[in-house]
Amino acid sequence: MSDSTTTPTSTDTRQPAKSAVSRFLQATELDTRLIGMIGALALIWIGFHLYGQLVNGFGAFLTPRNLWNLSVQTASVGIMACGMVLVIITRHIDLSVGSLLGFCAVTMGVTQVWILPGLLGIGHPLIWIIAVIVGLITGTLVGALHGWLVAYRNIPAFIVTLGGLLVWRGAAFLIARGETISPVDETFKLLGGGPFGAIGATGSWIVGLIGCAAAIAMVFFGRRQRLRFGFALRPVWADVFIAGLSCSAIIGAVLLVNSYPWPKGIVKRYAAENNITIPEGGLFISHGFAIPVLILIAVAIVMTIVMSRTRFGRYVYAIGGNPEAAALAGINTKLMTVKIFALMGFLAGLSAAVASARLGSATNALGTLDELYVIAAAVIGGTSLAGGVGTIYGAVLGALVMQSLQTGMVLIGFDAAIQQIVVGSVLVLAVYLDNLYRRAAK
Amino acid sequence: MTNSQTPLVDMRNIRISFGGVHAVDDVSVDLYPGEVVGLLGHNGAGKSTLIKILSGAYQMDSGEIYVDGKQAVIRNPRDARAHNIETIYQTLALADNLDAASNLFLGRELTTPLGMVDDDAMEAETRKIMARLNPNFKKFKDPVSALSGGQRQSVAIARAVYFNARILIMDEPTAALGPHETQMVSELIQQLKAEGIGIFLISHDIHDVMELCDRASVMKNGKLVGTVDVKDVTDDDLLSMIILGKRPGEDTPAV
Repeated sequence: MSDSTTTPTSTDTRQPAKSAVSRFLQATELDTRLIGMIGALALIWIGFHLYGQLVNGFGAFLTPRNLWNLSVQTASVGIMACGMVLVIITRHIDLSVGSLLGFCAVTMGVTQVWILPGLLGIGHPLIWIIAVIVGLITGTLVGALHGWLVAYRNIPAFIVTLGGLLVWRGAAFLIARGETISPVDETFKLLGGGPFGAIGATGSWIVGLIGCAAAIAMVFFGRRQRLRFGFALRPVWADVFIAGLSCSAIIGAVLLVNSYPWPKGIVKRYAAENNITIPEGGLFISHGFAIPVLILIAVAIVMTIVMSRTRFGRYVYAIGGNPEAAALAGINTKLMTVKIFALMGFLAGLSAAVASARLGSATNALGTLDELYVIAAAVIGGTSLAGGVGTIYGAVLGALVMQSLQTGMVLIGFDAAIQQIVVGSVLVLAVYLDNLYRRAAK
Repeated sequence: MTNSQTPLVDMRNIRISFGGVHAVDDVSVDLYPGEVVGLLGHNGAGKSTLIKILSGAYQMDSGEIYVDGKQAVIRNPRDARAHNIETIYQTLALADNLDAASNLFLGRELTTPLGMVDDDAMEAETRKIMARLNPNFKKFKDPVSALSGGQRQSVAIARAVYFNARILIMDEPTAALGPHETQMVSELIQQLKAEGIGIFLISHDIHDVMELCDRASVMKNGKLVGTVDVKDVTDDDLLSMIILGKRPGEDTPAV
């Protein structure tokens, strides 16, 4: 250990002996775990694409269409994974999120299909807003109830949420009377994506440019902040590199989503409705970023800020690291637990809106088994079940990895049984690799 | 010693029991400014429980606590901190996954005008206090799990000292330390004492107590055996108080 070049104390004295790669990593302060995860993701994507090309004669994975769909399919699990990170960091678990998603979806469905049209009239512009709010409140309240039972009644979270898994699925069935509730409100549907539930080429560029501006501003303010306290600065080239990398990633994403056109049939209908004549060679209308993906990105950004820049986030980590120390430091750990589960419930409600909007209806079976994918996403993303460790970006990437595996296997024609075997094995393997990484990093 | 002053802390007739066991039974102790009072006793004698009542970790069943002569209500660690009572726990009570600055400011984070946690400002403050307490301390970015026992101890001490403690509780502060670091803690205690801070020092080590403390309160089986001026007693007197529960000069046990 003391002779290892990876220990920070010894690296300082051996500056010249270090490789170019480790000097680069140190200068840019890039997270090696993040690089590893993106590398794994790239491997999966390229692997599926090549397999498709070689075996089926057609690589379907790395196409704008597939990647756009992949992003939409990731949204629901990704949103919930952002909350699951907090639950797992504080050494709890939430097995109920899939059922809670179904329950929230059904409440939203009942609100917008059975109740509100009678009161406001079909297609009233407030319907979707009220429905979403009802769903979010339902999720938050159920989550808070779980948290209260865990914190103030000392029932293990595993049991509370295992009970919740059954209770809320059953409750969803009762409320929906076993029916599929449809059709949902037209505006509500946009939350689920599809050609109309995306913001188009111009909107995507605006979002992209705002993203680039934010990335540059963050690097700039980070530098100013370090100057203020006289801390060591990153080399200018490293700051420029990071800003450049972030901007290229964002612009690349914009170009990608903008290169996926609306299907011909929808273009034809849209043109007819808006009296546009379709030119020779067809009309190219870009999808742009899908609304559910923007929701996921917004949730991920807000949650990242919460976790790294607010007291709430700091206390989540502290409770996970040492619950007793957190309590002795004056943190109300019980109330924190309620808040964390309430937040998880809120995000399950948001996911429910996305998932049922995408389906165009609400059924009591919506979100079945999602809890397992959400937990797997968080864990693949490096959240430790022992508590105290985990990141939002990791969970989102974890959700993307899970969804990529599933989509990829569908595309190359693996059947459901093999998909399950692969996804399960990858989960175990990912955690094992993460353990190895942590041991090596120590 | 300076008994004409108002005591910094006066804990009167404190009682607490857990499931029928009287962990602390009618104990009264006090502490004056610039004084070090040793709390002695076997494991399970109730010393740690007594100070955890003062630090807000436990709530007493009955009794009164006066700070500066005024009755104080201490229901949780926040209340204790509001009375400038700081505690260095035997377990150090550090969140291992957080860095030194986050631990030092845990529960009292510095924030930017927007209400965001200001990590850089906290690190700068941590660097300042560490330069005073433990100049060799360099691992500001690492989680405290990566620190040595002595470094962890200095983080815990820095946390207690940084916030202008007037009453400091040290629970076995040197139990996990080597001789050099123990010496540093002793010097720190002398320095804090000179600044007028009152210190409750829980220790198993009679020699520590004889060297550092002005008075010693000995507990046995949750009861107070007695409080003595350290300069009036010998090691053996203290030992017989701890083991037999006998006050110096008495034949029969007080407890």
